[in-house]
Amino acid sequence: MTTDVISRSTTLSAKPTEKQGQSTSVKMTARNINAFFGKVQALYDVNLDIAGNRVLAIIGPSGCGKSTFLRCLNRMHEVAGGTMTGTVELDGQNIYGTDAVLVRKRVGMVFQKANPFPTMSIFDNVAIGLRLTGGVPKSQMNDVVEHSLKQAALWDEVKDSLNKSGVSLSGGQQQRLCIARTLAVNPEVILMDEPASALDPIATAKIEELIYELKKDFTIVIVTHNMQQAARVSNTTAFFYMGKLIEFDETKTIFTSPKQKQTEDYITGRFG
Amino acid sequence: MSITPFVPSWQYYRRKIAGATMLALCYLSAVLAIVPLVLIFFYTINRGVSYLNLDFFIQMPKPVGEPGGGMANAIVGTLVLVATGSAIGLPIGILTGIYLAEFGNNKFAYFARFMTDVLSGVPSIVAGVVAYGLVVVPMKHFSAAAGGVALAILMIPTVTRTTEEMIRLVPHSYREAALALGIPMWKTTMQIVVRTAFRGIITGILLSIARIAGETAPLLFTALGNRFWSTSLDQPIGSLTVFIYDYAKAPFEDWNNQAWAAALVLIILISGLSLAVRVVTRSKFVQR
Repeated sequence: MTTDVISRSTTLSAKPTEKQGQSTSVKMTARNINAFFGKVQALYDVNLDIAGNRVLAIIGPSGCGKSTFLRCLNRMHEVAGGTMTGTVELDGQNIYGTDAVLVRKRVGMVFQKANPFPTMSIFDNVAIGLRLTGGVPKSQMNDVVEHSLKQAALWDEVKDSLNKSGVSLSGGQQQRLCIARTLAVNPEVILMDEPASALDPIATAKIEELIYELKKDFTIVIVTHNMQQAARVSNTTAFFYMGKLIEFDETKTIFTSPKQKQTEDYITGRFG
Repeated sequence: MSITPFVPSWQYYRRKIAGATMLALCYLSAVLAIVPLVLIFFYTINRGVSYLNLDFFIQMPKPVGEPGGGMANAIVGTLVLVATGSAIGLPIGILTGIYLAEFGNNKFAYFARFMTDVLSGVPSIVAGVVAYGLVVVPMKHFSAAAGGVALAILMIPTVTRTTEEMIRLVPHSYREAALALGIPMWKTTMQIVVRTAFRGIITGILLSIARIAGETAPLLFTALGNRFWSTSLDQPIGSLTVFIYDYAKAPFEDWNNQAWAAALVLIILISGLSLAVRVVTRSKFVQR
């Protein structure tokens, strides 16, 4: 375990400077996003480009609108009863011009609190998305489940207990199960809403390592309270404050030489 | 360094006594609630068990004065009536409950919820009168179908409200997780939310079935009762409860005894049913 942690921390610290081979073309664009809960405005005119196969971290104090922004990216904002104006494009197509169900198949989401379906086995938890959205024959289901669990770095821990309840796993395993569940429907973008904030440091490190692996195949947007985490896992960072996007840049730039005073105050712990 | 001794104050003793008193009252209430149930159960066994034999289950009622005979028609009749009532009442009740829980944030839903609460307080004989007006009068004769309708009216509010409550207990995070996977709303509701609440819903269904199986009043002028074999929905049909009612007030001792036996059969039927459903719907996973 000890060597495991050390080797991980070295890969993690090497990360921010490392360049990926993939193209960094724009995967999603958000234009003039204003989001509301009833009459309360949560986001003010946010514009942001999200690069493909990279990790975007969204940081900011509680209530700054970072989760709301994330949920605008796969139309989960409207599920909570919110409204918004502006456009969000995925590969140049407006996601608000089609059925939300089609959008969410391509833009998946992992939540703050691990929420495996309690009445389902580990296997069913991973398979359920495909089962209910169709498209994959039953004969391939085993392969998809195994592949997804491997991608989520959970396979070795659960391969002998696939029929056990999903909620019998530890908190960190449950969160990776939820990631596997999201991966199984093969989205292009994965949104993570503070995925490690309820986990201990070892489980957190595993999730971070996983994010690092996943960006080879997916575009990832992660909301986090933990600035060290943002610095460790992301390529670019966006700082939100009071519903506005204050600064957006390469993660290294944000944490070493931010241009805005508010960003500097936040990352140095002067407020927030 | 001085040591502070543990010296209880007088308030401490007062709290202790108050706590012990309240706990004793809780136990007492539990005992008071259980005692009548246990007494009824054992007294029914005591009075009825010696008249239970194979004939009781497979024979038809005999005319007064002839010994023996059974209630095969009434047992089947109760099953037919409960099945008919459930076939009408369960789908309506469950779907209404789902509607109220998942889409119930509008004026119509508030009205429906209010009416459901009113309906659950309606005396069962009134449900019988409604079924009489709805079914018996147009058909111009009593029938098992009319009895089924009366029982359905009685079970709908219980099923609706328990379904709604159980679905409301399902954390919102499961709905969000399912929707975020690209699962359509109706599949999320039926396959994720209802499935999660399934055991609770089953309990509500069982309670309502147990309730209608024990109803007499709404059957008196709908299903009426029948001393002959019938399984037709179009004809009057016998039931255990109506037989118990008729036989218990009859001036013949063997009829009175058979009423006790019928009561025992009814209790066994209902508890057997609830036991069976509980086993069938037992969680696949060991409860933690």
